[in-house]
Amino acid sequence: MAGIDRTGWGIGLSAAREALGLPALVMGASFVGFGSLVREAGLGLWLGLYSTATGWALPGQVVVVELYGVGASLLMTSIAVALTNARLLPMVVTLMPLLKEERQATWKYLLAAHFVAVTGWATAQLRCPDLPRKYRLTWFACFSGALWVVSMAGTAFGFLLAGFVPQPVTLGLVFLNPLYFMLVFATDLRQRAKVYALCAGAALGPPLHLLEPDWGLMATGLIAGTGAFLAGRGARGLG
Amino acid sequence: MADWVWPFVLMTAGAGVTYAWRALGVVLAGRIDARGAVFDWVSCVAYALLAGLISRMILLPAGPLEQTDAAHRLLSAGLALAIFFLARRSILLGVLAGVGTLVLLTARSMAPG
Repeated sequence: MAGIDRTGWGIGLSAAREALGLPALVMGASFVGFGSLVREAGLGLWLGLYSTATGWALPGQVVVVELYGVGASLLMTSIAVALTNARLLPMVVTLMPLLKEERQATWKYLLAAHFVAVTGWATAQLRCPDLPRKYRLTWFACFSGALWVVSMAGTAFGFLLAGFVPQPVTLGLVFLNPLYFMLVFATDLRQRAKVYALCAGAALGPPLHLLEPDWGLMATGLIAGTGAFLAGRGARGLG
Repeated sequence: MADWVWPFVLMTAGAGVTYAWRALGVVLAGRIDARGAVFDWVSCVAYALLAGLISRMILLPAGPLEQTDAAHRLLSAGLALAIFFLARRSILLGVLAGVGTLVLLTARSMAPG
């Protein structure tokens, strides 16, 4: 990379170092859970690594493995993942102006977009405004690249771990998946519509799954999510 | 068809639709309002869908978690939430508490005698 000077390397290094602290610990642990889930779903290690490398958005990856487990169709799985991960679009839209520098080629941003996930996005909002524009893409590539490597390592570790620890521990590692998402949601309860969405989704998920495992999850998202959105608007209008 | 083909197809489709959102974000950056009503709706749908998946995985798990007791899963999830809030919203401590509880309860009930 010709555009990187000594300051760039220093910024990249400190970005990677920051990523390898608490963010890596939480993210690594969540992917350990995913690796165990992959093994217990009867899939190979390489499929788990393939999913992490190419999907790199844990909620969608768990949706794929779970829907594979209940025998859902390709169309319903794709729609459910698309609905799960649609939040990436506004995230990328708001992140790009922060990383943008005129001289950089578009392909670099298309590549960087693959590494947009909630941790890197949130930390970039904190760090990038203080950095000169020419170093922001470097900062983001190093921060998110480090997390990506940790995620791959976590997936592999979780897969291997599930193979030789006692069965109750393996089950605990699989249970890490729903627990982790539950707590991630519990950190963000400020918006009323989102709280409605969480409650309605949690209530509708199991019965709609029993009704029809193929489209139950997608219907849960659309019905509960749309209802919560409308209820949130109504509440705001009245308040 | 080999065992790996179908999950590979599902994962590839999942990765494809995921990257499509990311690439579209680059294309649309600076041209649309990311805080508009459409995106409020989008995040409500994603929250509801994942909340539905979480509660289904806890209440009606498919696969290995079927071997665990539903009461144990509920207790572990409740404890994870309690520790999370007590430990100033630490995801790490909450998850550890929940996983640890399920492991201990399951180990006790699986033990012979």
